Amino acid sequence: MRVAAPKILMRRGLENPETSHTLDAYEAAGGYRSVRKALGMDPDAIVDVVKASGLRGRGGAGFPTGTKWSFIPRDSEKPKYLVCNSDESEPGTFKDRWLLEKDPHLVIEGMMICAIAIDCHLMFNYFRGEFSHPLKRFQAAVDEAYAKGYLGKGIFDSDYDLDLVTHFGAGAYIAGEETGMLESLEGKKAMPRNKPPFPAIEGLFRCPTVINNTETLAALPWILENGGDAYAALGTEESSGTKMWSCSGPVNAPGVYEVEMGVDMMEFLEGELGGMMEGVALKAVVPGGSSVPIMTPEECDGAKLSYEGLQQRGSMVGSGGFMVIGDNVSVPAALMNLAHFYAHESCGQCTPCREGCGWIEQLCRKLLDGRGTQGDVERILRLADNMAGGNTICALADAMAWPAVSYVKKFPQEFLDLCTGPVDLEALDEALSRHVHVLPAA
Amino acid sequence: MSPEAVAPFVLSEDRAERAKRIVERYPRKLAAILPVLWLVQEERGWISPEAMEWVAEFLDTSPAKVQAVVTFYTMLDDRPVGTYKLQVCRTLSCELMGARTIVDHLRERLGIEPGETTEDGTFTLQEVECLASCGTAPMMQCNLKYYEHLTPERIDALLEELRSREPEWEDVEPVIFDRPDDETYRELFPRYDAELVREETGGAETEAM
Repeated sequence: MRVAAPKILMRRGLENPETSHTLDAYEAAGGYRSVRKALGMDPDAIVDVVKASGLRGRGGAGFPTGTKWSFIPRDSEKPKYLVCNSDESEPGTFKDRWLLEKDPHLVIEGMMICAIAIDCHLMFNYFRGEFSHPLKRFQAAVDEAYAKGYLGKGIFDSDYDLDLVTHFGAGAYIAGEETGMLESLEGKKAMPRNKPPFPAIEGLFRCPTVINNTETLAALPWILENGGDAYAALGTEESSGTKMWSCSGPVNAPGVYEVEMGVDMMEFLEGELGGMMEGVALKAVVPGGSSVPIMTPEECDGAKLSYEGLQQRGSMVGSGGFMVIGDNVSVPAALMNLAHFYAHESCGQCTPCREGCGWIEQLCRKLLDGRGTQGDVERILRLADNMAGGNTICALADAMAWPAVSYVKKFPQEFLDLCTGPVDLEALDEALSRHVHVLPAA
Repeated sequence: MSPEAVAPFVLSEDRAERAKRIVERYPRKLAAILPVLWLVQEERGWISPEAMEWVAEFLDTSPAKVQAVVTFYTMLDDRPVGTYKLQVCRTLSCELMGARTIVDHLRERLGIEPGETTEDGTFTLQEVECLASCGTAPMMQCNLKYYEHLTPERIDALLEELRSREPEWEDVEPVIFDRPDDETYRELFPRYDAELVREETGGAETEAM
């Protein structure tokens, strides 16, 4: 049995679900101490603490947070901006919603700490347009903070001015991509930008900008209070701290769980998630949101929920959207569902993505219609190959290619069973060997 | 002016005041476009070409740029919709737990297909992408409010309730019903066979490949 992880992010919301979103409850639980501490620190020292913590971005890419901040040019005369990414739209992911509804002050304090570290005086929290309730909760918390003098001119009686604007989108997955978000925040279509320049140099309104995920920022108050080393002591060497997993599918106890990095995947499924619903057997898990490669039960067995643990099994932590798939589900139908999603959400700038996502959906439909051939299955692989690996401005095309190739690779027979005409598993294996390189390297 | 000519759009005084305050929060005017468009949509239920012209003038930009934004974001409507917009999440996590059954039930009860509005203008039915309620699937958004852990029975009760009252915009607190029992879920679970897919896609043309 493993030891229960300290709840860094979810403690207050779990202990006190009715009132945890209020300023009173947050302060009674020790809130807003870390930002006061940060105000007395040298900004570089804050960056060092975060670097030492080993905290990595929880939005999907897993980039080291302290390193990201250190790219902000200190000597730039331009204003620096912080954008909190609360656009949570990755299928299977609903952890940020939990934080914003249950503990908005934790997110605000995290944002404040980052702002102080990068000398930012105007920060934004970008909500997806559908998040009416989280937005309302968060705005009420912002209003409370302003009323107390925690935001605005001279926060906490210091000489540091800091404003927070709550912004909201209007329905676009691609606005969650960091440069798509900047375009959207500037009042345009959320079309990702070519990089470089990276946002740290030329971001919002062409000024240095840090974009961090909600969960990432929410970890900062604990890190400042307890030290980077204390955070790094949790989890594994390459994956420090805790992670929130949004769990869905035919399990007995779906929901959001915070566990220490590195816990055993099947123990997590049997423990926190209460195991599979009666009468449904495990067919697969998509552990990190719909964009990451799918895992078979054999791959899940013994896998650890950490960056390196999932990578060793050919998948990724991604956003932590842990989708359990039962044996009642058709894998090609699941791929068609996701292809529809990506085709709908592609912004359309890059041809491989705009065309490829739709073609993969059509090919899945043809197969499920009973009119497809093995050539169509191989066509899915070839399309994915042409979409992934740097052929497009952003990673949405990769996010389609990874499920496409991994679903065929892990469940070839299900695709072949749908084919009319001759099928040849060996030939499909051969086709796979030509195209699996698009998957993230194990 | 011919009788058919459309009157220019004007935002109500109260909302225009809010729009002005919103603009002040941003370093550049155009950055306020989404919040301002939301106010416009709140007022009329949708964003007409005349409203786009008003927004363009208000934010010192061109109507074409406003239209580009309106048509890019799926929550902004450039045509009238029903009093209640029922948006059922169709993405994988919800599909696994029965989203198709929910959509089918709504199609049958309302007599419309996704994308359509009932003749009396009360309901618009739409299938939308992941709404971040995967642990309480299946679910839908009705105007700004989430309804989670749906079942056909709960939908029937909700439709009746919605028909009997005025739309409510301020209350956005999600309604999260109790988790359906395993038996109910089993009835919601998706069915997979070629017949069904053909029926759903209307035998969509895929021969081009």
